[in-house]
Amino acid sequence: MNLQFTPEENAFREEVRAFLADKLPADIQRKVRLGQQLSAEEHLRWQNRLSERGWLAPGWPVEHGGTGWSPVEKHIFEEECAAAHAPTVVPFGVNMVAPVIIRFGSEEQKRHYLPRILGNEDWWCQGYSEPGAGSDLAGLKTRAERDGDHYVVNGQKTWTTLGQHANMMFCLVRTDPKAKKQAGISFLLIDMNTPGISVRPIITLDGAHEVNEVFLDNVRVPVANRVGEEGEGWTCAKFLLTHERTGIAGLGHAKQALRHLKHVARRQTHHGRPLIESPSFREQLARAELELMALEVTNLRVLAAARDGGAPGAESSLLKIRGSELRQRLSDLTRRALGPQALPFFADFLAGDDDSLADDQSFAAAATAQYFNRRKLSIYGGANEIQKNIVAKTILGM
Amino acid sequence: MDFSLSDEQRMLDETVTRLVADRCTPEQRRRLIQERGTAPSALWNTFAELGLLAMPFGEDAGGLGGDGIDLMLIMQALGRGLVPEAYLDGLVIPGTLLARLADDTLRDRWLTSLLEGEHQLALAWHEAASRYDIDTPATRAERSDDGWRLQGRKQVVLNAPGAAALLVTAGLADDSLGLFIVPADAEGLQRRDYTTLDDQRASDIDIDVTLPAPALLASGEALLAALGEALALGRAALCAEAVGAMEVACEQTLEYLKERQQFGAPLSRQQVLQHRMVDMRLHLEQARSMAILAAASLTLPEEQRDYRVAAAKAYVGEAAQFVAEQAIQLHGGMGMTEECYVAHYAKRLIMLDHALGDRDYHLETVMARLDSAA
Repeated sequence: MNLQFTPEENAFREEVRAFLADKLPADIQRKVRLGQQLSAEEHLRWQNRLSERGWLAPGWPVEHGGTGWSPVEKHIFEEECAAAHAPTVVPFGVNMVAPVIIRFGSEEQKRHYLPRILGNEDWWCQGYSEPGAGSDLAGLKTRAERDGDHYVVNGQKTWTTLGQHANMMFCLVRTDPKAKKQAGISFLLIDMNTPGISVRPIITLDGAHEVNEVFLDNVRVPVANRVGEEGEGWTCAKFLLTHERTGIAGLGHAKQALRHLKHVARRQTHHGRPLIESPSFREQLARAELELMALEVTNLRVLAAARDGGAPGAESSLLKIRGSELRQRLSDLTRRALGPQALPFFADFLAGDDDSLADDQSFAAAATAQYFNRRKLSIYGGANEIQKNIVAKTILGM
Repeated sequence: MDFSLSDEQRMLDETVTRLVADRCTPEQRRRLIQERGTAPSALWNTFAELGLLAMPFGEDAGGLGGDGIDLMLIMQALGRGLVPEAYLDGLVIPGTLLARLADDTLRDRWLTSLLEGEHQLALAWHEAASRYDIDTPATRAERSDDGWRLQGRKQVVLNAPGAAALLVTAGLADDSLGLFIVPADAEGLQRRDYTTLDDQRASDIDIDVTLPAPALLASGEALLAALGEALALGRAALCAEAVGAMEVACEQTLEYLKERQQFGAPLSRQQVLQHRMVDMRLHLEQARSMAILAAASLTLPEEQRDYRVAAAKAYVGEAAQFVAEQAIQLHGGMGMTEECYVAHYAKRLIMLDHALGDRDYHLETVMARLDSAA
């Protein structure tokens, strides 16, 4: 056992740093640092740089275009990207649908979709949640009826993140209304330009347009766009959710958030002294630091176990719970560190449409909106309470 | 970065785990506590035969050269069995100091026999006003014609009743710190022995002894460096022991929830108790990570080592308390009884936070170094 990074791992970190210093566009970096929303063009510009380097899909098998990195190298990569204020790669194609296609898709589907994902030619979104099916995802009602070589899909999906930019959606639909809940679900790939699809924005409590509702009205989807067998969609869904949870501790983001928090706490004054010297604030900072240290080692333990034993199991639920709680706590401390400066709400600036704020305004502008935005961390990907149900059932046998 | 155990470490883990399971059942443990004297127990002799007493010491000191992870594995197993042997206080901490500081004569006299299991030692540092600071004792050492005169009063000296000699901290004339070795039968030592709530042996000791000149093991910076090393080792070991005890507290609580019928169903069907149980496991896993971090940081440069060990001790202390309190709560009235074995784990989990600096003490260390921390 040895928790020091090897010389090779340290060299890899330097390589990632050099790449980020060289290739991360300054305008994009600044927006991420200030918490401004990125445009589709900005997301793609960054992801194309990663593609050119062959680093877009670290989670894929090498034969499909993966990097062949060890879990520790992936961890280092994520950490360095977050530290450099690189945008998070939009996960729906590369980290969500692609693993499902690789695992369950036909050769034809692999040949068609995987290169397009690696080349950022398609923008994928997720068609999972519905107004009546959140944590209880298997209660979904969107139905797909067979009509020759097509399914005719009717229903409504929601919480579709960045669906406003998407041209493809992976979608869970009910193909057999008579089957039991988890049976009778199929996994479809849907072209968003098919007639009958409409996307409407949902404005979240932080004023942002990040998520959407998607309405499907007699949408004709070729049967060839089904991944896996008819009625086997739940297997794909579960596989995808496990994958989704792998990186969900958000270690790199948490580390960056703590660095930012310390920066804010040094800059703010309290009784004429830097806030970071206030005993009560400092104690909370120290507690967050401890939690981060523990979480980092736990994360590495889970990654190492995953490397040795296949797909990550229910232990990743533990990471999801603690990681989301920590990131929420950090966003809470950052907001509180700003005092009255947390009050202004510059919506145009946060949307990325306005760049006229003074330095001392822009530096604080995103904190409060982010605090509210981060509430989502304990809700999505299976709410933390659902994660606890999973751990109780699968690890503890309760 | 590598989390796997070597073949030797896996064997060590299995050996100690099996030994503890065979030789420290609740009934055997009760007897071990009742029969404790100054002579080592039969279990201690087995420790010696298996090389466990030599494991945490360097080969130059006659040890087996085990590292922090080896010690972690041993302490976890001892924690799982609530083994009432002073492995840490009677062997590891004083032995580490002797190995670092003693000359050949003193090594021959005290260290070799320590590693062979012939006797145990104790570090007498705590005083009424010292709280968790080891470097400012009120006990004084004055030079006499042919040696030293030591005067003072030590409190809660863990394992003093089982020790053949004490390592005693005292202030020297120039206010630097000194460490002396004092045979337990020295004239002028007055011990009041007692048992702690979690079944450890300890003493309060009045000291007024004269010692030969070589009784001073070390002083000043050399001593502080050795103490820093021994305390870091001790703190990391306590984290590991806590993890072992937390494992069992979690196991026993889970078992009880599955067994205990209320309202016509096992308690484990109650979602509120399921989630509480998951919270206990979360605390355990995070504490385990911190114990690993501490054990793997013992060879780092002093500042980094102490920061990580303090972080681990602060974190584990808090997590251990959560698990202890919930273990009692989830056992209901049974958890309040002497008869219920999990209560003994709860007691140990709470009390080990009081050894070598509690969660508040170590949190302050983390707070003080927050800006420079790597």
